[in-house]
Amino acid sequence: MQPFTKMTGLVAPVDRVNVDTDAIIPKQFLKRIERSGFGQFLFFEWRWDEQGNVIPEFNLNKPRYQGASVLISRANFGCGSSREHAPWAILDYGFRCVIAPSFADIFYNNCFKNGILPIQLSEEQVDELFRRTEAQEGYTLNIDLEQKVVTDDKGLRIAFDLDEHRRQFLLQGLDDIGLTLQHEDAISAYEAKRASEASA
Amino acid sequence: MLIQAKQFIGVNKHMSKQTMFEKIWNNHVIVAEEGKPSVLYIDLHLVHEVTSPQAFEGLRMSGRKVRRPDLTFATMDHNVPTKDRFNISDPISKQQVDTLTDNCREFGVKLYDLDSIDQGVVHVMGPELGLTHPGKTIVCGDSHTSTHGAFGALAFGIGTSEVEHVLATQCLQQSKAKTMLIRFNGKRAPGITAKDLILGLIAKYGTDFGTGYVMEYSGEAIRVLTMEERMTVCNMSIEAGARAGLIAPDETTFEYLRGREYAPQGAAFDAAVAQWKALCTDEGAQFDKVLDFDVNSLIPQVTWGTSPGMGTGITSSVPVPAELPTENERKAAANALEYMGLKPGTPMTEIPIDYVFIGSCTNGRIEDLRAAAAIARGYKVNPNVTAIVVPGSGRVKIQAEKEGLDKIFTEAGFEWRDAGCSMCLAMNPDRSAAGTALRIDFEPQL
Ligand code: SF4
Repeated sequence: MQPFTKMTGLVAPVDRVNVDTDAIIPKQFLKRIERSGFGQFLFFEWRWDEQGNVIPEFNLNKPRYQGASVLISRANFGCGSSREHAPWAILDYGFRCVIAPSFADIFYNNCFKNGILPIQLSEEQVDELFRRTEAQEGYTLNIDLEQKVVTDDKGLRIAFDLDEHRRQFLLQGLDDIGLTLQHEDAISAYEAKRASEASA
Repeated sequence: MLIQAKQFIGVNKHMSKQTMFEKIWNNHVIVAEEGKPSVLYIDLHLVHEVTSPQAFEGLRMSGRKVRRPDLTFATMDHNVPTKDRFNISDPISKQQVDTLTDNCREFGVKLYDLDSIDQGVVHVMGPELGLTHPGKTIVCGDSHTSTHGAFGALAFGIGTSEVEHVLATQCLQQSKAKTMLIRFNGKRAPGITAKDLILGLIAKYGTDFGTGYVMEYSGEAIRVLTMEERMTVCNMSIEAGARAGLIAPDETTFEYLRGREYAPQGAAFDAAVAQWKALCTDEGAQFDKVLDFDVNSLIPQVTWGTSPGMGTGITSSVPVPAELPTENERKAAANALEYMGLKPGTPMTEIPIDYVFIGSCTNGRIEDLRAAAAIARGYKVNPNVTAIVVPGSGRVKIQAEKEGLDKIFTEAGFEWRDAGCSMCLAMNPDRSAAGTALRIDFEPQL
């Protein structure tokens, strides 16, 4: 996996609460058997109307947000079904960082497994980011996972926190399965113990 | 610091009072390192066609095998057609179904395919086969895996990377959840279903009060529930944001399991029951949070919006967004009403019904079909309404047909379909058009 250390990116706002995984990637696109190519369908029903026309009011359709790599949104982001296609779609579209006041558990977990950094900030801090993003075309944020801070070029500086293990995971671009398999002996011992209990 | 499993369990033996969650957790932790998620052993892994192709692809790419094919069971349910099922018209659905078949063959995983009478919604099939036992850790790439918690199993949904992880290692890296006890106090009025219990709870506390928690449901109103009803309650834990739901096993659980294909048989069954009984939360164990919910005054619940938190009693009305307390709720309600095509203030009983769907993993079990048939018997479906019944599994279908339920439904004007997730997910051709009200008679899949 691609390590995540620092990045600077254009910010795009999606000003809704409870953005669920079905909004992120509607179920009709779950039928693919690959991991890539989901970005084109991200927020599908918000980007296009039923006739397939572009909905110009939706932020991701506005020219000023093209090429964004930081997504800001509202509380309970990523709720709903556990589909991992949601982080795949977000990543494939080009986002590497999502900022919101809170995230749904499974989605939050899935972000780390796919090299996306989810940052949880307070409602007020997220409000401030929305204000700044809307006020200034081309607004960018610097995300520094080593220092655990978000900064902009106008003096804003917000420290954030996350689990140290997860931070290391992203910084080093680790593979989960390889990590677990380092414990092969312990797993085999556990299986042997269980098997002997069952036959006793 | 590395603590091996043996010591870990040893330490906990001295911490006398434990919740059921803690007991199951401690029994399955293989490695616990400070500041890192624990390595948790998984007893049962259920696999379906939608969230597995990329996981098998990952195994192949890294040259890994399925570690325990004997603990892995697959079926196809999410996007199989429930009408003319062998003729999958959507090429991509067909590709997913075929891919699962190939993957199961290649990796030696047992598959209940469209030819099998055990094929069905994964959370109906697992319990029916007797695969779901108290005390097990169970995962599946579907958020409603929490269903299996009804048996006192720690069961939760995982993403595709984790599916790959479990296939390769039979373990997951997990951080320990917080615990919440929810006591359903009192007695429900006639006609109040298990779904009303859980929808009522969510309508009261919202769709994220369970985030980060494993919820244990207890109380008089839970004890009297059948296994099917308990599964419904646990299934919808996820709609409260919880990681999983749990109900302590009791005689109802043991009776359900006795004699099922994968349940222990004979003397082994009695030995298992003794172990299962010991799983219950110890008297005086501490939960991180305790909630009481009164069911005496509960009335049937319906939802008016696009999220299960947007629910209310059948005698109430569609809310007026402007009157809601927070800006977030006002916005969300306005969006939902626009999508649903509903006018604020409309009494719930005056909303015309366009579709009736009886099915899914909360409403497609034999009991659900019996209850629905008892209501449908002798009536006719209004010609403006499309009504379909989709049994939860092949076995449910056969049983229902034995009891003549299919006749009752078809005579009343319902369509009688084959097993699958159907409109719950609307990935398959059973989808409803936007702007039509679905009768919320099933678990609202998100
Ligand atoms: S019926 Fe719905 S909730 Fe149940 S497994 Fe299928 S898609 Fe998931």
